[in-house]
Amino acid sequence: MGRITLDKVTKSFGEVNVIPPLDLTIEDGEFVVFVGPSGCGKSTLLRLIAGLEDVSSGQIRIDGKDATDMPPAKRGLAMVFQSYALYPHMSVRKNIAFPMKMAGLPQDEQDRRINAAASALNLTAYLDRRPGQLSGGQRQRVAIGRAIVREPSAFLFDEPLSNLDAALRVGMRLEIMELHKRLDTTMIYVTHDQVEAMTMADKIVVLQAGYIEQVGSPLELYHSPRNEFVAGFIGSPKMNLLRGEVAAQHGAATIGVRPEHLAVSTSEGQWPARVGVAEHLGSDTFLHVHDHGFNDAPMTVRVDGEMPVKHGDRIFLTPDPSKIHRFDKQGLRI
Amino acid sequence: MARAVTNRRKLIVTVAAWAVGIAIFFPILWTVILSFKSEGDAIKTPLEVLSSAWTFESYATVQERSNYVRHFWNSVVISLGSTLLGLIIAIPAAWAMAFVPGKQTKNVLMWMLSTKMLPPVGVLVPIYLIFRDVGLLDTKTGLVIVLTLINLPIIVWMLYTYFKEIPGEILEAARMDGASLRNELIHVLTPMAVPGIASTVLLNIILAWNEAFWTLNLTAAKAAPLTAFIASYSSPEGLFYAKLSAASTMAIAPILIMGWFSQKQLVRGLTFGAVK
Amino acid sequence: MATKASRAAARVMISPAVLLLLGWMIVPLALTLYFSFLRYNLLMPGMEEFTGWDNYSYFLSDPAFTAALTNTLLLVGGVLLITTVGGVLLGLLLDQPFWGQGIVRILVIAPFFVMPTVSALVWKNMFMNPVNGLFAHAFKALGLAPYDFLSQAPLLSIIGIVSWQWLPFATLILLTALQSLDQDQLEAAEMDGASALSRFWYIMLPHLARSITVVILIQTIFLLSVFAEILVTTNGGPGTASTNLTYLIYMQSLLQFDVGMGSAGGVVAIILANIVAIFLMRMIGKNLEA
Repeated sequence: MGRITLDKVTKSFGEVNVIPPLDLTIEDGEFVVFVGPSGCGKSTLLRLIAGLEDVSSGQIRIDGKDATDMPPAKRGLAMVFQSYALYPHMSVRKNIAFPMKMAGLPQDEQDRRINAAASALNLTAYLDRRPGQLSGGQRQRVAIGRAIVREPSAFLFDEPLSNLDAALRVGMRLEIMELHKRLDTTMIYVTHDQVEAMTMADKIVVLQAGYIEQVGSPLELYHSPRNEFVAGFIGSPKMNLLRGEVAAQHGAATIGVRPEHLAVSTSEGQWPARVGVAEHLGSDTFLHVHDHGFNDAPMTVRVDGEMPVKHGDRIFLTPDPSKIHRFDKQGLRI
Repeated sequence: MARAVTNRRKLIVTVAAWAVGIAIFFPILWTVILSFKSEGDAIKTPLEVLSSAWTFESYATVQERSNYVRHFWNSVVISLGSTLLGLIIAIPAAWAMAFVPGKQTKNVLMWMLSTKMLPPVGVLVPIYLIFRDVGLLDTKTGLVIVLTLINLPIIVWMLYTYFKEIPGEILEAARMDGASLRNELIHVLTPMAVPGIASTVLLNIILAWNEAFWTLNLTAAKAAPLTAFIASYSSPEGLFYAKLSAASTMAIAPILIMGWFSQKQLVRGLTFGAVK
Repeated sequence: MATKASRAAARVMISPAVLLLLGWMIVPLALTLYFSFLRYNLLMPGMEEFTGWDNYSYFLSDPAFTAALTNTLLLVGGVLLITTVGGVLLGLLLDQPFWGQGIVRILVIAPFFVMPTVSALVWKNMFMNPVNGLFAHAFKALGLAPYDFLSQAPLLSIIGIVSWQWLPFATLILLTALQSLDQDQLEAAEMDGASALSRFWYIMLPHLARSITVVILIQTIFLLSVFAEILVTTNGGPGTASTNLTYLIYMQSLLQFDVGMGSAGGVVAIILANIVAIFLMRMIGKNLEA
């Protein structure tokens, strides 16, 4: 079980209000990602759930029980930290055993769980090493192993992949998702990387300055962002946001068109423009397009990797009319 | 080394550095040499001293006449006792300041430091009178108490700077893993801080061993540690160079060796973490 | 990181240290202050009476006080000058690559670990003794008359002994600071055409400035309380020629048993030390924030 409910939770550090009143329900077995720019309060929110910080007001319920004033140890949650937070003076085996030792589990049960976790995480060969002798990915797996053996009602991940290099990150991402499918336990995952959020989450919570901007599945967020902020934050490359006359034509203060929803032609189209830098990724090419006559900022366009364009070429852009997002003066979706 | 250095230059520096090093070390070296000479030889000219016979007799005499072992034991008890007592008081305090810093933490740290700056002579009289009245004069207990208190700020500060380097996340992980505060301190913080705690202990033993204001003023004979024992050689009686040298060598040797091992941490401890 | 529970725990954990130090500071300080206004001699028990500022006026107008104050300043100033200048020079020397760095470092640091009574007695007897000391032998070998350092230049001799004890401290700290200097900076300056002297003046010295200040302030705290070196070499004499403030107060209270006067002196010493302490605390306080 792992249903977590936040009820009008607030957090302030002295004068600074980090989390304004916030309501959120995380269902049992869900993979929820908190995403937002740095300083948006996503880590603080996770630490409030963990019990590493007190809420200033409001209530946190875990499986229906009031956990607001429970110490972290009593909440039945496990956390994987950004720095992995392994105990450097203990072997991998002792690291994984530590929570069970604290809980006073019998030795044979400890051993059983350690061996199960180690084989699931490919750590069996490293059980007697110290964390200092392991690679980043291995340390990450030890941290996960230490969390698994507690059989928690929910896992909390605080930017767990940000210290890994890009290749390893993709692999670990899959491992964590695999783990979630296997354990079917609630996971709350904090990241600033919207790609991680999109690929991993059942439910994404987009945060900015402590406020929840939108909660929804990855595709909901992609297809119908509730406001300009979510529109700009979710999706890579970023959505092009256009203001002024062109937006007024569509009856909005701002319109947004994703780079993949712009058709490019060298001969004809709605918006004439000039090609700036072209980023060739192989399968795709991202064109940074200038002189389109709307904003000063360049627009980004995703085209097929084979498209023969070069710096300075004149082109024409045509947006897919069904994929234009419209926002009002307050930045809210129309 | 980023830059190549010519051997000629390195040779010159080597000669100069060794010359300076030996000059600074010379008084200690000379003391050690004299301790292995007879009293008659010890006062001769340097060349005669070096060519005279070597002997252990001074060491035997020192022990026989003034019970060196007892003073040595007093020094050991006083310096170890005050360091351990200080550690027990300081570890929780340093944990609190390093991992649960509040608005007052910095002020408390600075205030602790300020007690260290109190000139001992300013409080000599009351401490002396209090000790006299409660019977702590010339006792090891009394000295352990005083040295614990005068070195406590240094212990707290050193531990604080070492603890600060331990990532708080690891202690939080322990908390998430269900460790009580006691377990967090015993199973996680202390083992992780072992190198820092060891250098703190080392530096404090050195400071306590060499402390020569309170040990001289609060002891007579019974509890006198080596500092006071050596001071009894200040009024000479006949030929005593060799005996003084032997006593001195025995008094400084243990701490000199410890000091050499702790010189890196020493900088940090003595500057309250201002220089690392 | 902090919850109410951990903050409460922190208060409990810190209180023994705070309470003990508070007691250690306040009780004797209050007593010293109290005694300083009493006529209180241990040889005349039961005769204590309030005398107002008398002890202070006697203490401050005593020529021995002026002498002791001068000696204290000379001692502190002299040792500081020798050790910081010497420390910078030695630091620069030992920072160069040479054979046997580790051993030389150990040799240089050694005097710091010698207890004050030992170093004072070794210098007094084995070196400065006018008959059998090494210096006397050296003077004789050069055909000069032997010189009785401790009676003819007592303060200077003590400055020498104390400097020998503290030079390693200054050297060690300044060497550590020099080693933390970014080599790229020096190489950049060299590329910019700076001579060795200007590299020292414009790059190394500013880099050392903070460490030098720390060395000066910390040594000052300890040097104001120099005691054992005087006790075992000159006993403050001849006359008051090598009496510093600490020693004067010690004589007054524990040799002449004049608790009132000694306490008044103690208060004066505390005030003087505080002036230095304020500067030191500012330094270290700034460092805390960084």
